[in-house]
Amino acid sequence: MTDTTFQEETIIRTSGSHNCGGRCIVKAHVKDGRIVRITSDDERPDTDKRPQLRGCLRCRAYRSYLYHEDRLKYPMKRIGKRGEGLFERISWEEALGTIADHTKRIMAEYGPEAIYLSYATGNAGKTSEQVWMRRLLALYGGYLDYYGTYSSACTNAATPYTYGTVNSGSSREDWVNSKLIILMGFNPAATIHGTNTAYYLKKAKEAGAKIICIDPLYSDTAVALADQWIPIRPTTDSALLDAMAYVIITENLQDQVFLDTYCLGFDEDHMPEGIPAGNSYKSYILGTGTDQVPKTPAWAERSTGIPREIIIQLAREYALNKPGALIQGFGPQRHAYGEQPSRSGAALAAMTGNIGIKGGWASGCGSPCRKQYVGSIPINNPCKAAISMYMWPLAIQKGTELGKREGVRGVDKLSANIKLIFNLAGNCLINQHSDTNGTAELLGDENLAQFIVVSDHFLTSSAKFADILLPGDNFMEREDIVLPWSAGDYVLFMNKAVDTVYECRNGYDWIRDLAERLELTAEFTQGKTLEDWLRFIVDETRKENPGFPSYEEFKEKGVYDWEYEEPAIAFKEQIEDLRHHPFPTPSGKIEFFSSRLWELDKPAEVPAIPKYIPAWEGPEDPLRGTYPLQCIGHHTKRRVHSMFDNNDWMEEAEAQVFWISVYDAKKRGIKNGEKVCIYNARGKVILTAKVTPRIMPGVVSIPQGGWWSPDKEGIDQRGCINTLTKYQPTPLAFANPQHTNLVEVAKLDQMEAEK
Amino acid sequence: MSKQIAFYVEQKHCTGCSACQIACKDKHNLPLGQNFRQIHAYEGGDFTISGNVVYQNTYAYWIPVSCNHCVDASCIAVCPSKAIFKRQEDGLVLINEKSCIGCRRCFAVCPYQAPQFDAANGKMKKCDFCQDLLQQGTAPACVSACPMRVLGYGELSELQKKYGDTSWVKGLPNTAKIKPAWVLVPHRDAVDV
Repeated sequence: MTDTTFQEETIIRTSGSHNCGGRCIVKAHVKDGRIVRITSDDERPDTDKRPQLRGCLRCRAYRSYLYHEDRLKYPMKRIGKRGEGLFERISWEEALGTIADHTKRIMAEYGPEAIYLSYATGNAGKTSEQVWMRRLLALYGGYLDYYGTYSSACTNAATPYTYGTVNSGSSREDWVNSKLIILMGFNPAATIHGTNTAYYLKKAKEAGAKIICIDPLYSDTAVALADQWIPIRPTTDSALLDAMAYVIITENLQDQVFLDTYCLGFDEDHMPEGIPAGNSYKSYILGTGTDQVPKTPAWAERSTGIPREIIIQLAREYALNKPGALIQGFGPQRHAYGEQPSRSGAALAAMTGNIGIKGGWASGCGSPCRKQYVGSIPINNPCKAAISMYMWPLAIQKGTELGKREGVRGVDKLSANIKLIFNLAGNCLINQHSDTNGTAELLGDENLAQFIVVSDHFLTSSAKFADILLPGDNFMEREDIVLPWSAGDYVLFMNKAVDTVYECRNGYDWIRDLAERLELTAEFTQGKTLEDWLRFIVDETRKENPGFPSYEEFKEKGVYDWEYEEPAIAFKEQIEDLRHHPFPTPSGKIEFFSSRLWELDKPAEVPAIPKYIPAWEGPEDPLRGTYPLQCIGHHTKRRVHSMFDNNDWMEEAEAQVFWISVYDAKKRGIKNGEKVCIYNARGKVILTAKVTPRIMPGVVSIPQGGWWSPDKEGIDQRGCINTLTKYQPTPLAFANPQHTNLVEVAKLDQMEAEK
Repeated sequence: MSKQIAFYVEQKHCTGCSACQIACKDKHNLPLGQNFRQIHAYEGGDFTISGNVVYQNTYAYWIPVSCNHCVDASCIAVCPSKAIFKRQEDGLVLINEKSCIGCRRCFAVCPYQAPQFDAANGKMKKCDFCQDLLQQGTAPACVSACPMRVLGYGELSELQKKYGDTSWVKGLPNTAKIKPAWVLVPHRDAVDV
């Protein structure tokens, strides 16, 4: 765990445990109890087979976060109105007593479905606060659970209707075998969607792959790696993919043998029994089905903004340069009908026969098909009800009216409205959710959500809505075990680098004390310390993984890599031997047509085959007459969602600015560096404009994650995209449509003059 | 030719991620406003709109820039207190803090804005190639931090043999006279084809 280098510096091996697409080795250099420097993976050999797990700017700047003067230091209780941000210091004793009282009362009065642990990813360790609170509440009688994520809910829901699983991703090491890589809304250079993902793309390029980026933005990844940037209007990816399918079919470039062998519902000859004619994918694409509209490149250029000749070129290149990888990021699925592009992409991968082969890519969700087992803290929630993570505002207002039609799982109908919220290390209560103004009003009503507990490092926008606000420890101050969530065959041990400061506490410590107040100490702890639990996780892991090191060795090295001879190829088994390895779908095939979706009987919004559905507040919405610009909130390198928004080093590396194209700025007389007001019917944001050729005309962006900071008139002064987003769940996943917003922009001085 | 240590920048694949800038800032404990390595961003081009469709001729690229320990460094020539010197054994351009009077002439003359004024002690500071790390046989902080592996270092003549002798791309000031000790593999948009 420790090795002493020159001088008296001790180096502690750890990793970031906050939510991040990457998971890297972080080494804290500690001197006199303080971290004096942070380095990353710079000692292990940096090989092709196992590139070092190098941290990005975010963890490297952690000192400026760890020692930030605004850190929450003591437990506090609210003294002002909810959301006002006025608090008073109290003791842990009082804080936990109050939480225990409300928990007892609400459990007794309303039952477990009134207690909600909101979506929170600020601590993604195996022993985070969230884990312990789940364990405690499960023992106390249960809690209302959620499913899905704000990142990927639509593709998580939709991809299994095609493949039967979300694990449609091969290993990134395999990209060197691709002749062509198409990145649709995928920007790993900034999102760090997997440590080294952008680096693997560079290696693929060096091996000869052509890289095309389809994105409203000329992304950091595109600038560094793309041979071609194709700007596309947000929410229209399915239109582009439909038109590519049209070109491929009409030019007879599809892999017909693949389609006939592995797929259901591509054409009329391969449909499930009992479905009326004209409902196959091919009929939809050619316009011979119900809508009688051929999905030609000319049809698609109207919505996508992509010239038809480029659509034709792209379709031909993808069909003729096999193997090719059409890789979809999560951005394109965070919109009104975000379920569709995931299935449209998978359809194209199937038509070109790029599934299950080296250098191909099955598209869709793309979670790694190779997984390893790592043990977890046991949680056995007796309450079976779960809602989509995005549905909680409705569950607060009218939970008892919500049932299966609204995506409730586990029960037919909810038995209670949400009354108690635990928001532990998360900012989805306000900031990362939709419609901050509307949500603030909802949360402000103490008759609805009666009690809100928040734990965090800072007074974030969500923390302002706490009734009791608790100061959490951070990743340099605790031990834990973390896994990469997106890609990588490894697991990391986090060693504690420095002591916890002030009255900040580890989740296990204070939730154990809460367990005592609920008379569950023995059941909750099983007599174990936190270290015992970490040993338990390692023991569980070792049972399934021969060769996994002892607790001591794992802790000492800080990392364990699983060894494999070859990169994993998603659906390789199915393609090599379908009879013995059917796809995990009802038909055992790749389902262009899903009978399960057909049976939902919501064809306009949840079609049985992937379709382009024009989004409300998309490029074809008549509301563009009033609000002509599509506003998205792209991820930038400087934050993980809302984390690190308050880190000055990050502001210096990349200031929070509003992206507007040179074209749209000129029309409005906006100059680079000027203050502008971005607005729609839901809110107003004031931000400095970055006038740039790196975003397409008609589209603007407020980089997501800025902390909502309304002034007295409610005008956001920091640039929280969700001041402008609409609260409207998507039809299948009940997910967040974050990139579906129409806005107008004006120079601030002009607006003030008009007042 | 005497020894000259130099940086290598595979600029064409730089994602502008700023890990180098932050690693350097952290290593050298630099306050806000000071960065010995900085990411310079360049972008341009425009759009043409025809009916519903958009054509672009956008270009963009980054150059991660620090002191380039120039062979004929202009900062040395202008320093009135002879605080800046070129070290014989490796060609590093270093500042003797004791002699520095903080007049900032080196800053004014440097095409890369490499020397930076430290308000805390009234002296100039800049990249020293992490000479403490070099002594231990490890790479400078920025180099080992680069997630894209586009930063490297080595003996200038060897780097030139391997990667060519480009030391200038579009956007940078003309530096032919001072012979900066770095080798660039340019971004497609940063050179005239």
